[in-house]
Amino acid sequence: MTGSAADETLAVVARRIGEEVAGLHAEDVDASSRFPTETIDACREAGLLRALVSVEDGGLGASLDEVADAITELGRWCSSSGMILAMHTIQVACLVRHGGSEELATFRKRVAAEGLLLASATTEVGIGGDVRSSTCAVEARDDGFHLRKQAPVISYGEYADAILATARRTPESAPSDQVLVVCEKGRFTLERTTTWDALGFRGTCSSGFVLEATGGFGLVFPTAYGDMSSQTMLPVSHILWSSLWLGMASEADGRARKFVQGAARKTPGQMPPSGMRLAELAVTLQQLHDLVHGARARFAAADADPDLGQTIGYATAMNSLKVSASTLVVEVIQKALLICGMAGYANRSPFTLGRLLRDAYGAQLMVNNDRINANNAQLLLVQRER
Amino acid sequence: MDSVIRDVLINHAKLPVDVAGLDRAADLYTAGLTSHASVNVMLGLEDAFDVEFPDEMLRKSTFESIASIEEALRRLGVED
Repeated sequence: MTGSAADETLAVVARRIGEEVAGLHAEDVDASSRFPTETIDACREAGLLRALVSVEDGGLGASLDEVADAITELGRWCSSSGMILAMHTIQVACLVRHGGSEELATFRKRVAAEGLLLASATTEVGIGGDVRSSTCAVEARDDGFHLRKQAPVISYGEYADAILATARRTPESAPSDQVLVVCEKGRFTLERTTTWDALGFRGTCSSGFVLEATGGFGLVFPTAYGDMSSQTMLPVSHILWSSLWLGMASEADGRARKFVQGAARKTPGQMPPSGMRLAELAVTLQQLHDLVHGARARFAAADADPDLGQTIGYATAMNSLKVSASTLVVEVIQKALLICGMAGYANRSPFTLGRLLRDAYGAQLMVNNDRINANNAQLLLVQRER
Repeated sequence: MDSVIRDVLINHAKLPVDVAGLDRAADLYTAGLTSHASVNVMLGLEDAFDVEFPDEMLRKSTFESIASIEEALRRLGVED
């Protein structure tokens, strides 16, 4: 895999990685529930891991839109790889938008120069999945911080060069008074507590760990995690995840379309029985496509006008994006399965949809839609704007 | 106004600290106010003072401290 040519869009680069690397290994990654090493290496080599970092810091200075397009492309070939690129990029976005300290600036440059892969530890055992609450705390020890966190999930934790973890600001802080801390490889240990053998997204290797880390206080983000969450982590997560789901849905659509067109060639002048279903699928896919692109435009608008990003309407819209996109991706792939029939149900078939469908079911669970709807219900109690 | 605001905080903010002893300028989020609880504080204030916070006031900063809440209420015409 060669690096990206200057005039190539990130989506083109990602498509090539998909064709030449991710697509070749996706089946084995899924069957063995293993980390997609080849694909992530190719992404690193092509600059996708440092895409969001500014040019002056050694990155590509890409927009979120461009990276989202790349994730959509990669998701067509290997959902797990696309999800890893998405989760990594979310952490990079936090570093780019909130990494104010000198140490974080140095770390950001290292991410770009060395192609570091960033993972995240936001959930914690015993807090019921509420990422805006922590039990563990950043403790001062030996001129630096010490952190011990029981994380029910750290996706690809064992393969990451750094893990960004949430914790209470100090051992005296309230559970909601959180900070985000960069835990660098060499300064953390992981003790595995659960293994990852799941229905889908099997290559994300989302095992549970006890994370124990030390580091300098400069690696604690200066911005409160609550603000980083609402301004960056949450909207960027939902945009990149739904961009990935769009890629998965588009792939299913592509297979269904090929299937119908194959049938049509055998009977010109006569609409294949699945033709109408394909038209229905196109309607749903367009909903998903326009939903995702509308959200990206909304994010760009909030980037230009920070006041907009603080409105309740913006928060509920970014929440609704996740609920809606995670549901639509399953709908699209299910429709594709009905169209392709047994050819889609079979694992060894050019029209196979099993892995895509298994992966797609994860979308509604990773940050459960019930939790997101409950948050929206709360926000809607005070939302004013029309 | 200060005491009514504190009453609302006692009933709805679910702070792990003593509200009566809170400094007027103390950061309520640092004191443990969650975004979930802040919505209940808003609703409680609207009920207690018979006001409705307009959209542009529905910001984290409005509910940052007792002093900032008081300032917001004054802007809505609430008097001592």
